[in-house]
Amino acid sequence: MNGNSLKFYLGCGVALLAALLLLGSVQNEYVFFASYVVLQFIVLAIAWNILGGYAGYVNFGTSAFFALGGYSALFMIKAFAAPLVVQIIVAAMFTGVLGLGIGLLSLRLRGIFFSIATVAMAIICETIITNTEFLGGAKGVQMTRPDPIAPFTSYTKMLFFVMAIMTIAAIIIARYIENSWIGRGLRAIRDNEEAAECMGVPTLRLKLIATVISGALMGAAGAPFPMYMSFIEPVSAFSLNYSVSALAMPIIGGTSSWLGPVIGAVLLGTVQQLVTVTISSELNVLIVGVLLVFFVVAAPQGILGLFKKRAEAPKPAAGGAAK
Amino acid sequence: MSQSAGQILLKVDDVSKHFGGFTALSHVSVEVAQGERLGLIGPNGSGKTTLINCISGALKNDAGAIVFKGENLNGMPPHQRTRRGIARSFQIPRPFHSMTPVENLAVPLEYVTHRGAAHKADIRGEAESILSDMGLGDKMNAPCAGLSQVELRKLELARAMAARPALLISDEAMAGLSNAECDEVLAILFRLSDKGITIIMIEHIMHAIMRFSNRVICLDAGKLIAGGAPGEVVKNPDVQRAYLGA
Repeated sequence: MNGNSLKFYLGCGVALLAALLLLGSVQNEYVFFASYVVLQFIVLAIAWNILGGYAGYVNFGTSAFFALGGYSALFMIKAFAAPLVVQIIVAAMFTGVLGLGIGLLSLRLRGIFFSIATVAMAIICETIITNTEFLGGAKGVQMTRPDPIAPFTSYTKMLFFVMAIMTIAAIIIARYIENSWIGRGLRAIRDNEEAAECMGVPTLRLKLIATVISGALMGAAGAPFPMYMSFIEPVSAFSLNYSVSALAMPIIGGTSSWLGPVIGAVLLGTVQQLVTVTISSELNVLIVGVLLVFFVVAAPQGILGLFKKRAEAPKPAAGGAAK
Repeated sequence: MSQSAGQILLKVDDVSKHFGGFTALSHVSVEVAQGERLGLIGPNGSGKTTLINCISGALKNDAGAIVFKGENLNGMPPHQRTRRGIARSFQIPRPFHSMTPVENLAVPLEYVTHRGAAHKADIRGEAESILSDMGLGDKMNAPCAGLSQVELRKLELARAMAARPALLISDEAMAGLSNAECDEVLAILFRLSDKGITIIMIEHIMHAIMRFSNRVICLDAGKLIAGGAPGEVVKNPDVQRAYLGA
């Protein structure tokens, strides 16, 4: 393990410790209720970025993966009374397979055509769920939360901690992809797919790997959603807000590395929470839109790009070719 | 068609390609021997790039077969053909623009040359040595956006070389370059040929074709109309008609 990796894993440990400290010291439930949403958006943004940022394939269907994660969990609860961990694993597996299927059907399409296919997929999924009586149909399902597991004093706190672990796992996965042969191949695809293929990169297989991992992470992020809300119904679960935020956060933060979506999600997620509480829940959609337009125009490389420019100016940075 | 010494490396066997009602290639057959320097000429739109797209796998030939080292490549995606030893440069340079030249070369080094064992190889060292060979030693870690046209052409060739090909297809590597720059690129191609790499060169610059090729073939409207020693082919009345009009 080199110095950078050591620092990275130390940072992950510190973040987890901070989450535990917060759990021990803060009594206000709302803090965890709000932080959960921010963490959930970090996972969604990182997941979106694996396909959208690294490979340059824009997915407008984040809400479908997220909602189907939630509905997989609901299915596991209703059919098997499965515990939370099992719900998350099954949700991730199901949406990972869905990612593979969508990828096989649509990844031969390039650019905007792929994006349109993901929109269509989201609409199809929502229609199917709305018409599935077992999963509550259009009226949704009300749920009672079970008791929290031992050290946790409330279910919201427990969900917060679970989401914190998933966030760190998502960051570790994204960082691994970035630094491995997969990441370099995906970057080559984003820069020029035909040249990548001619340079030996199995482009279709790499894109499928990216859709599976991205889809699985989105599904995992959605799995605790029914229990978090104590309720799930199609319109809010498939809300366009998830798709737009998952795309806006990496673009605002910077798509070149895992840190970008984290910065974007923390910033945008926190602002959204604050606005929801102080002004109105409708206004936060407007804020996402305005910030997105602002960053696309003023800082196309995102916040990360602004810092990089400053850091690279004095010394010609040596990109780590032989990682 | 006369063959220079050496085994047949590539055999284009009766290949045809249509785009809708337009016939881009019609029953083209060519054999390329190991170590040969083949010049491919023809007027604009005659099917040169279509032919190499069929060889590299970017396009699927409708009929006929591409046989490389005795293996039929029909239906094989481009990345597998590259792993078998076919590399190409693009007419309009297509660098991975978010990467430095070293990182550009790391892609084929990781995915082709040291596939499955990249962690053991000195990817960076190897990329640097190829780039120095190509005369890009001082630009290795600069962003690609800052490279000049001739440097981009060299990067195209360098990246193709990083895949350690048996056959290199150079698609108009010299178009738009000055005479001195052409000579630089030509010298690189000669050095690669000396290393035993078989080269197919597509070019409009006739003096480059004449100096470089052992043999020249000429395409016109998707058909092979002439083949032989460079001096003979340019004197061929069919070739002159194709270029100058009847």
